Amino acid sequence: MSAGASSRSRLAHTHLTGAAPAERVDFGRRVLVLRRWKVAVRVEWRSVTVCAGLALAVACMAVLALMTGSYQLSPGQVVSALTGGETGLVHDVVVEWRLPRVAAAVVFGAALGVSGAVFQSILRNPLADPSVIGFSQGSYTGALIVILVVNGTYQQLVGGALLGGMATAVAVYALAYRRGVQGFRLIIAGIGVSAMLGSLNTWLILKADLDQAMSAAAWGAGSLNGVAWNQVIIGGVCIAALLLVAGMLSRPMRQLELGDEAAASQGVRVSPARLGLVVVGVALTATVTAASGPIAFISLVAPQIARRLARTGGITFAPAAFVGALLCLAADYIAQHVAPTPLPVGIITVMLGGGYLGWLLFTEARRRL
Amino acid sequence: MTLTDMEGAATLDTRVAAPVSHRRRRVVGLAAALVALMVLTVLSVMVGSKAIPVAVIWDALFDPSPDADQFAVRDYRLPRTIVGLAVGIALGLSGALIQALTRNPLADPGILGVHAGASFAVTLAVGWLGVRDIQGYMWFAFAGALLVTLMVLALGATRQGSSPVVMVLAGVCLGAVLGGAREALQLTDPEAFDAMRNWNAGSIAGRPLELLWPILPFFALALVLTFVVAGPLNAMALGDELAAAQGVQLARTRVLAIIALTLLAGGATAIAGPIGFVGLMVPHVARWIVGPHQRWIFAYSLLLAPSLLLVSDILGRVVLRPGEIQVGIVTAFVGAPVLIALVRRKKASGL
Repeated sequence: MSAGASSRSRLAHTHLTGAAPAERVDFGRRVLVLRRWKVAVRVEWRSVTVCAGLALAVACMAVLALMTGSYQLSPGQVVSALTGGETGLVHDVVVEWRLPRVAAAVVFGAALGVSGAVFQSILRNPLADPSVIGFSQGSYTGALIVILVVNGTYQQLVGGALLGGMATAVAVYALAYRRGVQGFRLIIAGIGVSAMLGSLNTWLILKADLDQAMSAAAWGAGSLNGVAWNQVIIGGVCIAALLLVAGMLSRPMRQLELGDEAAASQGVRVSPARLGLVVVGVALTATVTAASGPIAFISLVAPQIARRLARTGGITFAPAAFVGALLCLAADYIAQHVAPTPLPVGIITVMLGGGYLGWLLFTEARRRL
Repeated sequence: MTLTDMEGAATLDTRVAAPVSHRRRRVVGLAAALVALMVLTVLSVMVGSKAIPVAVIWDALFDPSPDADQFAVRDYRLPRTIVGLAVGIALGLSGALIQALTRNPLADPGILGVHAGASFAVTLAVGWLGVRDIQGYMWFAFAGALLVTLMVLALGATRQGSSPVVMVLAGVCLGAVLGGAREALQLTDPEAFDAMRNWNAGSIAGRPLELLWPILPFFALALVLTFVVAGPLNAMALGDELAAAQGVQLARTRVLAIIALTLLAGGATAIAGPIGFVGLMVPHVARWIVGPHQRWIFAYSLLLAPSLLLVSDILGRVVLRPGEIQVGIVTAFVGAPVLIALVRRKKASGL
């Protein structure tokens, strides 16, 4: 990609003749244009630097997470274990025990961030996330039924959650369908179905005995406990494929943000593009839910944080993915090592993400003063 | 411009052409809603684990005697119905306010942190202070709701006045942080979890009227504020610039509306626990009936929301007889099918 890289500085001073004050004219953002074969990619410099910074932060956080535990390691040991320079206990601790969890946090966090970005973009609503289409409530209902009624194994619980979530998403989409799906109708249908399932969940929790209800609530908060290599690899492959599809759909997604008519006039096939985006968004969340339970809030908050960091006009995938990864990793670290009692990671993501976005809003408001 | 926008424009044209018939339709609809609410109020006193005839209710009110049925009416069913009416009105109006304010179809009265603040305060009261009765919960819930909304207001305020989008996001953030803290407290304290899962479902049963009286002045104040800001909110639907050009004071309108909706939603949550769906659904339905006119939307919400709550409460008593289901659980099952059926019709429009 680097061969045809050229960067254009679009910021310039206007040089007016005479004594007129040199006024700074804003010609737009500095952009990076990559050209290779017949493909040209145009990215804003700020997005590139923000993504690089976030990637660095993810790497540092990962090394910290790999170091910490009841068997403390040095950064050097971690790096050499990762590059294959260690054998024995250090290798086992880093690569076999701690790395799956860290990798899971990064991959799943990124998936959730992108999934949220998809929904916020197609619904043009900063409050949208995969739960809008009912997936979260549906998967919780499925899990609750397996835990409380069938009293099933963990595999059955995952199956029940996926089945419940998918069935709900399909039902919401079908209910919103009327010669095409329109954002507002999708939101309302999602609200209705989610509210019913949420009520059902509350009732099930209320009728269950206390131990079962609490274990269900703990699953519902989402946790990376017991994530092993095979889940990370299967989940990672699925997520990588889905992210690729999401990347290919990102251009139609941007055009859809202009409105259905405008997008259609630019040659976007509106309905298939939107259906594809919904499927990708739900599938990303479903993959994460299958491996770790529903980790809440990353999909809502990551695109918003990313948008404020990169100062992009719309929703973009790459910064959202990196923010999601960092958020999930940091939250899991806090849940394991900082909290007085080990907590489900979902609880920490909610507090960390909410707190950070709140802080961003606060400073943004001060800046505008 | 989407399809529904154009349809909205079309209905606007017909209204200009025939304002009288449109107005009559709205008034007739309002009267019908009022009659329905009155019927439901009577039914709510009559129906239950034991059906009580109207004559006994009449006697209980105007010719009291120490009869078991009269006792049930006076001390149990009547307070429950009155609490249902008050809570329903508060939820419906607060929902209409938040939707007018944010123009976001996903916004419910809880979005500015009311439910999160109330739940968090009650969890603290249960977990740390050992409060166990509904009287004790109430003031914690009310104070929590008010405090959190004040914080959201401060967080969302900028010099240009407060932007609704920033405010909603601030509410979501604060709600998330408090929700996480509450969940952490509950998952480590089984006793608090047990008490909270009951309160969280939302119910209007077993609330004595003494609980309602101290909240009523707040409701009355909020009611006045609501109809004061109705006109400015109508103008603000055209966009901030146009509203300002018409002489609307944006910041003042927003703050007044938020005070009103916080008092309403906070009071309702304090009495009944978090009941989510009513405030979300009823204003949508009201708007689809009357079109984009806030005063009418408020009036319809004022009647439709308690109707939904009372229907749900009655059904909750009947379905699993002799057991009961909390009203907060039933409302979604009663309301959501109606909401979805309505949005599938052509006329339903966005905000």
